[in-house]
Amino acid sequence: MVAMERRVNYENDLNLKATELRLGLPGSDEPERQSTPSIRNNKRTSSEISEELRSKSSSGVKQAGNDDHQDDAPPTKAQVVGWPPIRSYRKNYLQNKKNEAEGAGMYVKVSVDGAPYLRKIDLKIYRSYPELLKALENMFKLTIGAYIERKGYNGSDYAPTYEDKDGDWMLVGDIPWEMFISSCKRLRIIQGSEARGLGYV
Amino acid sequence: MESSELKRSKDSPNSDESAGLSSFPDEVLERVLSLLKSHRDRSFVSLVCKDWYNAERWSRTHVFIGNCYSVSPEIVARRFPNIRSVTLKGKPRFSDFNLVPQNWGADIHAWLVVFAAKYPFLEELRLKRMAISDESLALLAVAFPNFKALSLLSCDGFSTNGLAAIATNCKNLTELDIQENGIDDKGGSWLGCFPESFTSLEVLNFANLTSDINFDALERLVGRCKSMRVLKLNRSISLEQLQRLLVNAPQLAELGTGSFSQELTFRQYKELECTLSNRKNMHTLSGLWEAKGIYLPALYPACTNLTFLNLSYAALQSSELAKLLAHCPRLKRLWVLDTVQDKGLEAIGLNCPLLEELRVFPDDPFGEEIVHGVTEAGFVAVSYGCPRLHYVLYFCQQMTNAAVATVVQNCPDFTHFRLCIMNPGQPDYLTNEPMDEAFGAVVKTCTKLQRLSVSGLLTDLTFEYIGRYAKNLETLSVAFAGSSDWGMQCVLGGCPKLRKLEIRDCPFGNAALLSGLEKYESMRSLWMSACKVTMNGCRLLAREMPRLNVEVMKEDGSDDSQADKVYVYRSIAGPRRDAPPSVLTL
Repeated sequence: MVAMERRVNYENDLNLKATELRLGLPGSDEPERQSTPSIRNNKRTSSEISEELRSKSSSGVKQAGNDDHQDDAPPTKAQVVGWPPIRSYRKNYLQNKKNEAEGAGMYVKVSVDGAPYLRKIDLKIYRSYPELLKALENMFKLTIGAYIERKGYNGSDYAPTYEDKDGDWMLVGDIPWEMFISSCKRLRIIQGSEARGLGYV
Repeated sequence: MESSELKRSKDSPNSDESAGLSSFPDEVLERVLSLLKSHRDRSFVSLVCKDWYNAERWSRTHVFIGNCYSVSPEIVARRFPNIRSVTLKGKPRFSDFNLVPQNWGADIHAWLVVFAAKYPFLEELRLKRMAISDESLALLAVAFPNFKALSLLSCDGFSTNGLAAIATNCKNLTELDIQENGIDDKGGSWLGCFPESFTSLEVLNFANLTSDINFDALERLVGRCKSMRVLKLNRSISLEQLQRLLVNAPQLAELGTGSFSQELTFRQYKELECTLSNRKNMHTLSGLWEAKGIYLPALYPACTNLTFLNLSYAALQSSELAKLLAHCPRLKRLWVLDTVQDKGLEAIGLNCPLLEELRVFPDDPFGEEIVHGVTEAGFVAVSYGCPRLHYVLYFCQQMTNAAVATVVQNCPDFTHFRLCIMNPGQPDYLTNEPMDEAFGAVVKTCTKLQRLSVSGLLTDLTFEYIGRYAKNLETLSVAFAGSSDWGMQCVLGGCPKLRKLEIRDCPFGNAALLSGLEKYESMRSLWMSACKVTMNGCRLLAREMPRLNVEVMKEDGSDDSQADKVYVYRSIAGPRRDAPPSVLTL
C-alpha cells in the first residue's frame, strides 16, 4: 500500500509515468488499486485535513524513511502513529497473529471417488486435522473415521489422501498440521479396497 | 449512605451547639469516618473543619492518586499516616498508543522509598501506566512484610525477574495481577519461585505473559492455594493442562482459560465438559486465545451465572458467538472481536437483555483492503436488544449519523460512549456529511454521559454541542477533528465537570489553549499533540498559572516555535525534577 501511494504521487507531481519502465504491453495500465469506494473517498477527505495539519507538524505521521514523497501521501491507517487507539499489547498480539497466518486462503481441490464433480476448500480456516476431516465428512456425507498413528484410518470405507509438493500421494494425518497445510496441493478421498489397503504401513 | 450517617451525627441533639464545636471525641469521629470508602466523600469531609480534616486523615487507609506528579510521596505520607493501600496512575493515557517518549517518567521508585520508610505496613499497590524496574519490585518484595496485593496495568520497565522477587519474598501475597504491561518476558520460571509453604494466593493473573510456564509448579501452586478465586492463564496453557488445574480449583469465580486449544480425544473432551459443569460461582470468563469452535460447547455449562465474558482475544465467528451467548442469560459485560461481525452483534441483541457494557475490538485494524468487521447495522441491532447498555467501546470502519441517533434513542443511559471510526476524518458514509449530528445526538440524549471519545469527520459544531449539552462530561478524547479554535473553546467554556481532555491532530491553537486558563486547575490534565499550539502560547500559560505544570515534548527535527506535544496538569508538588531532556517544563 505504501508503494502504491508513492506511485500515485509520481503521477501527480513529476509525471514520470510517461518515461516509467514497466513490464507489460504498452497501453496496458495496471489498474489503480481502488479499495471499496467508501475508503477511497474518505482517504481524500482525511488527507485534506491531514495535509493542513502536517504542514505544521510531522508528529502525526510516521516517516518510514526520509523520503520526501511520503510527506505528500495521505496518512493511511498503518502510517499514523498511535491510530487506531489500540494498546501496544493488543497491537503486538495482532501483529504476531497476522505474521503467523500470512498468505491468502489456501484453496485446494477435493475429489471423492465416485463423486460427479470436485469441490474446493480453504485449508486456512481449519486449525487441526479433526476439524478438516469433520468438514470433509459433512461436505460429502461420508464417514472417514479416526486417524490412528501408524495404522491409518480405521473403521470406514474411506481414507483421505493428498498430493504433496513432490507430486506424491500421501495419507492425511502423518505429519504435523502446520507442515501439512503448507505442502498439501490437493485432496483425494479414496474408497474401498484401495482405502483398506492403506491400513498397512 | 455513609454521608447521611455523618449528617445525622452532625445534627444530633446531643452535640454541644453553644460551644460551636462538635463534642465528639476524636476516636468516635475517626471510627465513623473509617466507614467512608469513597475518596470523593472523604475529600468533602476533610474540608468541613480542622477537626474533621484531622479525623479524616488519620482514618484513611486507601489513597488514590490519579496523576503521580500532582503530589509528592512526602506530602502524601505527611498527610496520611495510616495508609495500607495505594493506587497510582502515571503517564498520560496516550502513552498507551506510543505518543509519549519512552523515558518520560512516572517511575515508582521514589514512591517506594518513601513508602518503605513511612508505610512499612503497606498491603496493596495498584499501578497504572507507571515505570517500574526489577530493582523496584525487589525493594517492594522485601520492604513490606505484610504486603498482599500487587496489580500492574499498562506499566513497563520490568521483567519476569521482578515477578520472581515478588513470588520468592511476599509470604502473605493474596493477589498478583499482571495485565497488558510492557514486560520483558524472560521465561516462566518465576512461577516456581513461590515456596512450597506458600498457600495464600487468591488472585493470579498472568494471562498477558507469553512464555511457557513451568506447569508442574503452577499445578502445585493452584493445588495448595485453596482460597484461589481468580485464575487467568496465558496462552501457553493447553486444554489438557487447563483441565488438570480446574480439577483442583472448584471454587473459581474468574477464569482465564489459556489457549483453549489442543486436539482432544473424545474422552478428554468429556472430562473437560464435566469439570466445567456446575460452576455456579463463576461470574467472569476470559482467555480463549485460540479457541476452536468445536470445543466451545464444553464451556456452556460454566456460563449460567456469567456476568462478564471477555472474548477480545478469541477470533470467533458469528455463529460460534451466537451459540455461546444462548447459554449466558445473565451477561452484563461483553468484550468481543469484530470477527463476529454484524450477525454476531445481532445475536448479542437477541440473547443478552441485561447487557450493560459492550466493547468491540478490531481484529485487523491496519488492514487496508477489505471492509470487514462490524458496521453501523450491528451497533443498531445491539441497541434494540440491550436497552440497559451504558458503556460502549466500538471500533468500526463505517458509521452514519442516523445509526448513532437510533442507538442513543434506544439506550439513553450511556455514561461511557467511545466510538472509533478507524479511518481518520471519515464522514457519514451514506450522506457524506460530517458526523456532527451523531455526537450531537449522544450529548443531547445521554444526560448522564461521563466519558466521550469522538471520531470521524467533525466540525466545530460537534464541540458546540458538547459544550452546550454534556454537563456531566468528565473525560473527552478527540482526534483528527474540529475546524478552528472555537471548537475547543466551546468545550472548555461549557463542560463544568471536565477533568481530562486529550486531543491529537486537531487545528486548535493558542487561542483555544489559553481560553482554558481558569479551567485547568479544576481539571486533572490536558493533553494536546500535533495541534497548532506554539511554545509562546505554552510559556504564556505557564506564566499565568503557576500552579500548573506545563510540559512540552519536542520531536526531533521539528520547528523550534512549535509545541509538538503539550501536557498540562495541576500539581501541589511543583515542577518535576525527573523529566528527561526531551521534556521541557515551562
